[in-house]
Amino acid sequence: MELFANQVLAGIATGAIYACMALAVVMIYQAIDHLNFAQGEMAMFSTFMSWQMMQWGVPYWWAFILTVILSFIGGILIERLLFKPLAKAPVLTNVAGFIALFAIVNSVAGLIWDFTIKQYPTPFGSSPFLGSQLISTHQAGMVGVTVLLLAGLYFFFQFTRIGLAMRAAASLPESARLVGINTSWMIALGWGMASAIGAIAGMLIAPVVFLEPNMMGGVLIYGFASAVLGGLSSPLGAVIGGFLVGVFENLAGTYIPGVGNELKLPIALALIITVLVVKPAGLFGRPIVKRV
Amino acid sequence: MTAMLNIKDLRAYYGQVQALHGLSFSLNEGSLTTLLGANGAGKTTTLRAICNMVRSTGAIEFEGKPIGNRSTENVVRLGIAHVPQGRGTFTNMTVEENLQLGAITRGDKKNIVADIERMYDHFPVLKQRYTQQAGTLSGGEQQMLAVARALMLRPRLMLLDEPSFGLAPLVVRDLFRIFSKINREDKVTILVVEQNAQLALELADHAYVIETGRIVMSGNAKDVANNEDVRKSYLGY
Ligand SMILES: Nc1ncnc2c1ncn2[C@@H]1O[C@H](COP(=O)(O)OP(=O)(O)O)[C@@H](O)[C@H]1O
Ligand SMILES: [Mg+2]
Repeated sequence: MELFANQVLAGIATGAIYACMALAVVMIYQAIDHLNFAQGEMAMFSTFMSWQMMQWGVPYWWAFILTVILSFIGGILIERLLFKPLAKAPVLTNVAGFIALFAIVNSVAGLIWDFTIKQYPTPFGSSPFLGSQLISTHQAGMVGVTVLLLAGLYFFFQFTRIGLAMRAAASLPESARLVGINTSWMIALGWGMASAIGAIAGMLIAPVVFLEPNMMGGVLIYGFASAVLGGLSSPLGAVIGGFLVGVFENLAGTYIPGVGNELKLPIALALIITVLVVKPAGLFGRPIVKRV
Repeated sequence: MTAMLNIKDLRAYYGQVQALHGLSFSLNEGSLTTLLGANGAGKTTTLRAICNMVRSTGAIEFEGKPIGNRSTENVVRLGIAHVPQGRGTFTNMTVEENLQLGAITRGDKKNIVADIERMYDHFPVLKQRYTQQAGTLSGGEQQMLAVARALMLRPRLMLLDEPSFGLAPLVVRDLFRIFSKINREDKVTILVVEQNAQLALELADHAYVIETGRIVMSGNAKDVANNEDVRKSYLGY
């Protein structure tokens, strides 16, 4: 029972990171109908920037906040310089754009910071959380920061004008322009926010997976699995999908004989394929309500 | 009276296909004008060209300023509200959010709440459903919502693309009565595109008839209504 509870809680902690990555992927997918394969690499690069700042002596939370801001700006710049010009290009051109972005970010990070694995600090410590052996303070911190972030995003999209405008631009661009919304900038804003969310996920998971240019590869695949499970059209679904996948991954690794750590990734891929076959819209992908 | 909207030699293209062939007309400030024509004549294209939603050449002037090179959202920000064919409702948002979106570019936030109340006065049925997803409204209710959303801009000019389409005759009559009221009381200049000409001609003060991308007739709505060709082609008697 203790083992079960432990695995569920640990799953919720990593699930929080998958939820963030899934949310970042869904935000860009909603805006431009493409999956950002480079989302993980962008998050990795952000995490390296924060590490570099800390090497220069910047305190953790200052580095954290600065990195979020810089990642936001970086996301906007990537959209303006690379993907805005590709907006009307065929799907494959866009896919090539994402792969190029992936490769460039990955190798530039390797060039600047090399490929050796680095320790990354946690501001929460790694002692047992509240004296319980079930979960560490860092894991609790991951969940706590994610919950704050999600609550903030919910407030932003539900109760601010700009959040409303972003939702409108994503759901019906033409109608959005007809009420005066600059949809092009809403897409850029979506990129900035996705990039910032990814940065937070990267900085939270770095103490667990360690810092190196390929650190986000596995995480992003789980993020994709979560987004597909929850439904690419549903930000809330993506978040719930993230937590479900986190828990599922841990329980499968513990209880299904022969799965262990090496087979966890194929399980994520199997999950993606199964969902796409059985329920292509995902668990929460909204069937469109329409009456004429 | 001065012309609020002045269009000269408008040509519009869908890829290689030309849909408008040098169309010219103007709207007087404060007028309620109708643009009539058969299916495929180019009515929707004309409205889309005004809002720069289709590639076009020619001169489009609004209140004396050329607007042909402005993006759609910047045309709208001048106070030109466009209720598109098919309504363009944000179906997965609530009725109230749709109304909020209509006012999204306005700086005078204080007045928006009062304006939403005014819309509920015009269209009481929307008030009963303000938390409901707009996609669950009936066709007539969605059309009212589309008109209300456009009015939330506090437009100077409103473009309406076949607002009667698919609605029961009684609903259409209500809707047109509201257009008349908005035109008189709120001083909104209105251009309404219709296939269904009878009501439009009753309410409008000016009418244009369009055929295959050209204006073929223009005049006082009463005169146009009495024209024999128009009666045969568009009124059915
Ligand atoms: N998206 C489009 N692509 C190609 N041709 C179009 C498109 N929309 C309209 N057309 C053509 O342009 C002409 C005018 O259409 P439209 O303005 O929609 O007419 P109306 O609104 O008067 O029914 C028609 O011949 C139509 O076939
Ligand atoms: Mg039409």
